[in-house]
Amino acid sequence: MIRTEKLTYTYSQGTPFEKTAVDNVDLHIEEGAFVGIIGHTGSGKSTLIQHLNGLIKPTSGKVYIDGEDIHGKNVKLRDIRFKVGLVFQYPEYQIFEETVSKDIAFGPKNMGLSEEEINTRVREAAAMVGVGEELLDRSPFELSGGQKRRVAIAGVMAMRPKVLILDEPTAGLDPKGREVILDQIKEYHQRSHTTVLLVSHSMEDVARFAEKILVMNKGKVFCYDTPPNVFTRADEIASIGLSVPQVTKVFGLLRSKGIDIRQDVYTVDFAMKTIKEYLEQKGR
Amino acid sequence: MLKDITIGQYFPGDSVVHKLDARFKLLITAIFIVMLFSADTFPGLGIALVFFVISFIASRLSPKLMIKSMKPIIPVIIITSILNIFFIEGVPLISIYKFRLTDNGLRTSGFMIVRLIALICGSSLLTYTTSPIVLTDAIEQILRPLTKIKFPAHELAMMMTIALRFIPTLLEETDKIMSAQKARGAELDSGPFLQRAKALIPILIPLFVSSFRRAEELALAMECRCYNGGEGRTKLKTLVSGGKDYLALSISILFLCAVMVIDMGRLGVA
Repeated sequence: MIRTEKLTYTYSQGTPFEKTAVDNVDLHIEEGAFVGIIGHTGSGKSTLIQHLNGLIKPTSGKVYIDGEDIHGKNVKLRDIRFKVGLVFQYPEYQIFEETVSKDIAFGPKNMGLSEEEINTRVREAAAMVGVGEELLDRSPFELSGGQKRRVAIAGVMAMRPKVLILDEPTAGLDPKGREVILDQIKEYHQRSHTTVLLVSHSMEDVARFAEKILVMNKGKVFCYDTPPNVFTRADEIASIGLSVPQVTKVFGLLRSKGIDIRQDVYTVDFAMKTIKEYLEQKGR
Repeated sequence: MLKDITIGQYFPGDSVVHKLDARFKLLITAIFIVMLFSADTFPGLGIALVFFVISFIASRLSPKLMIKSMKPIIPVIIITSILNIFFIEGVPLISIYKFRLTDNGLRTSGFMIVRLIALICGSSLLTYTTSPIVLTDAIEQILRPLTKIKFPAHELAMMMTIALRFIPTLLEETDKIMSAQKARGAELDSGPFLQRAKALIPILIPLFVSSFRRAEELALAMECRCYNGGEGRTKLKTLVSGGKDYLALSISILFLCAVMVIDMGRLGVA
């Protein structure tokens, strides 16, 4: 679905401020996957995702979407952007229309869809993120921060992209708001069977939802694997300054105390099961 | 694209020009501009240019930077020079249809081009070598006597400081919003004029909204720190003038006199 080949991007090339943000990244993301992208501030994750819908042209290397080189001769970047929907960080700052429904309709309208089709999509996307019908005719500027954010996410979902990329969709929200948005994204993924890429700081969030995790460090891919495989490398991950989920840390401590317990634990539910099994085994 | 704007950008350094007192630099720049506009002959203009070249070399900036700062005004220069060439009366050299290329026109437009370029370069030299904060400080101090007639010198300087401070922030913000709207399929750089103007709405509205939000936040933050205007406010870094500042000022006045003498002389002969 998404493939990059030796993707490299250098900011301000030829000036003293030169910085390689993405360094020789080879990546292959399968169709329908839910991928969590994690990395430090400045690890190049935001730069990487902006390559995937052609907002940034790579300094060198290639990006393929559905096997098609997006900077190829006969490819219209606009079509790629409808295929690969990108929700930026703090997306509520991009809202501009008079009403919520008009703002969600901005993307579909740019696609040149019929009025009816636009309407269905707006309603569908609004429902997906839990924006009620009664809000559709309100001004988006009257909404609360969390609501605005969900309207903005709906604006991208309404384009029905084959790939949905979200850059820190929960940044600056309270725990409840985070929970709600993450659940909605998970549900969206399950219902639409599309590929979802979720960029996040929080290992906890990523561990809970993603089928695969891409860890970025200093512009390079540190690892790209399933959560259990990633978290068995907890020490290495800690050494690049990222924290593993709290439960994984607890299990690491238990192991260092000489308790023989598995290491690839990263959700609370699974941790409970593991401890129970361990205790039962020991009790025997 | 937006990152290429260099006007008003400061490049730190430790040359003589960088170290001059900003108030004097401001004055010297003003003198340089007076030089440019009081010069009516090429020799007079030449002296002003010599003055600029000396200061430029003393600043140890790269010539590339100066050339880069010229880019945005090239269209202005081309248009004014074309208008001047063809619409000033004089002895015709070549005539095409109704347009006549005259000696006077050629001379005036050549003069205009040099004057414009020197003007931009001179003021760029000031902003390249002086940090915006120091510059507004200097403006405030120069204008301070006017507060006696209720001129809001401090407020003006504060407004300028804030405006300058937010230029990069707003550029970054614009870049972000443009990317976000492009990701939703907005077409910003193609289509007929009206459509392109309309395409600006999704950029401008979020930009306005966020500017207002920023303004409110800043006002609040300033009030929290008990900001209440210029009265009794002290400076972290006060401007100090010394011998070299007076020397630089004297040199520029000398150059100004030279320009005036040359052009007055010409007037006297005529």
